[in-house]
Amino acid sequence: MAADPLFELLLRMGDNTLILAQRLSQWCGHGPTLEEDIALANIALDLTGHTQLWLGLAGEVEGAGRDADGLAFHRDVWDFRNTLLVEQPNGDFGQTIMRQYLFDAWHVLQLEALRESSNPQVAEIAEKAIKEVSYHQERSSETVIGLGDGTEESHARMQAALDLLLPYVGEFFANDAVDEIMKEAGIAPLPDSLRSAFDEQITPVMQAATLTVPDTDFAHSGGKSGRQHSEHLGHILPQMQWLQRAYPDASW
Amino acid sequence: MYAQMVKSTGTGVKSLDEMDPRERAFQERIDAGEKIEPKDWMPEEYRKTLIRQIGQHAHSEIVGQLPEGNWITRAPTLERKAILLAKVQDEAGHGLYLYCAAETLGVSRDEMTRMLLDGRMKYSSIFNYPTLTWADMGAVGWLVDGAAIMNQVPLQRTSYGPYSRAMIRICKEESFHQRQGFDIMMKMANGTAAQKKMAQDALNRFWYPALMMFGPSDKDSVHSAQSMAWKIKMNTNDELRQKFVDQTVPQAEYLGLTVPDDKLAWNEERGHYDFSEPDWDEFYDVLKGNGPCNRERLAARQKAWDDNQWVRDGLLAHAQKREAMKVAAE
Ligand SMILES: [Fe+2]
Ligand SMILES: [Fe+2]
Repeated sequence: MAADPLFELLLRMGDNTLILAQRLSQWCGHGPTLEEDIALANIALDLTGHTQLWLGLAGEVEGAGRDADGLAFHRDVWDFRNTLLVEQPNGDFGQTIMRQYLFDAWHVLQLEALRESSNPQVAEIAEKAIKEVSYHQERSSETVIGLGDGTEESHARMQAALDLLLPYVGEFFANDAVDEIMKEAGIAPLPDSLRSAFDEQITPVMQAATLTVPDTDFAHSGGKSGRQHSEHLGHILPQMQWLQRAYPDASW
Repeated sequence: MYAQMVKSTGTGVKSLDEMDPRERAFQERIDAGEKIEPKDWMPEEYRKTLIRQIGQHAHSEIVGQLPEGNWITRAPTLERKAILLAKVQDEAGHGLYLYCAAETLGVSRDEMTRMLLDGRMKYSSIFNYPTLTWADMGAVGWLVDGAAIMNQVPLQRTSYGPYSRAMIRICKEESFHQRQGFDIMMKMANGTAAQKKMAQDALNRFWYPALMMFGPSDKDSVHSAQSMAWKIKMNTNDELRQKFVDQTVPQAEYLGLTVPDDKLAWNEERGHYDFSEPDWDEFYDVLKGNGPCNRERLAARQKAWDDNQWVRDGLLAHAQKREAMKVAAE
């Protein structure tokens, strides 16, 4: 393994929150209601705060003089470690909120486990983030239920969103070498150990939403390992990194 | 200010003697500094003028999200992104407080939204100008929020209770926005040559549109006189504009930037700066829909409304189902 596995883990956490926040920010001023607009901005804001903590710690662990901004704005696609789910386009509001709920459901479990991390800095960040993320999940699950069990049209749109996005969920729960080492060191849980709790979380919500969870084990992968991102990430980065790249000697 | 050229429907300010007893009692309460509350009797003109003013103010907060939202995904640092997100979120919150205040006067948020979209209601001209560089995020906070504060601080004392209380909450946040914008300008003005250029360019483009925010001179306006008697307008447009110039020019000097006005000079005798009027023809063009971004701004609001009709319908249908189930269970 080339890179330090702890550094990898921290990038996985921080890149997920960074890219999802970037996606959510695109909604600002364009939401379905003022309340939803405010809520999406609020989630983006929380996730940006988490990004600062995760990538800040990643920079420290790496010890190469890169801080959170250095990591966020000066890496290219192949160095990003976010899952494919969070880089998927916003689509309609249904896709955005379904993506959010699926992410939140994993995020809560992951942070709960990381609170018990043998690495005190990791545990501390998880402890800080969990309250906000639990609230994100509460809200996104309610919205999924409201729209799934709303009108015929909203139901159909939510079902389409679930069908589209479920294949991106498996990546969160697939173990790899980094995960094994982190588990061994007591720093992070094995991803597949969270799967049954995830299913227990989403099953009643999808039921209340009158949505059918597609019967497939297929899972896209390549994001969290950095092996092969979707084409979308290559469009997110230039926009996000433009100023830093165009004016490298400026401070902001 | 976010409410420009709000016409009261009155024909002139009546003296207390000319008023009927109800009107007189109403005016006397206002003169005594009492607050008018939603259930109180009020002249129909007062109610209508307030709806127009508060509605325009609310729409300005909402449309005002767009020029700044334009830069959230391009903010240069995580810190700046977080601050900008929080700011734009605050503005949406301001819109929410103000729609709630207007609703106490008997008009719903959806109705007001429809009036915005079909052009019956307006929003501030300033948000029809484009944000072209990161320095514009500084200039908007510094100048646009700065101008808004000039108008909103006195409005905390406005006669209509719900409006006054909304203003008090809003003002707390606006001064933070203004400081934040100034902070961006400082960074840019003291930065590299390119950053300095962006800062000066932003000031050049936003200076006159910011002056226009106060509206044209209203010394002789019947509408303004009535609104001032009702304490829903607290100062004349010229007073506020002068105050804004007097406050802002030294800040520009401190930044090392040049206000784009050859005639700008301190007038010892008046104790104020003399300055050039903005181009009022341009102002009226913008109000008529011909500003650089009018079409885009309204199209964005229209799209948000149309594309998400199914979301609002879905959530409503769900709430009704739940309600029905609760009733059935009882
Ligand atoms: Fe505001
Ligand atoms: Fe503001």
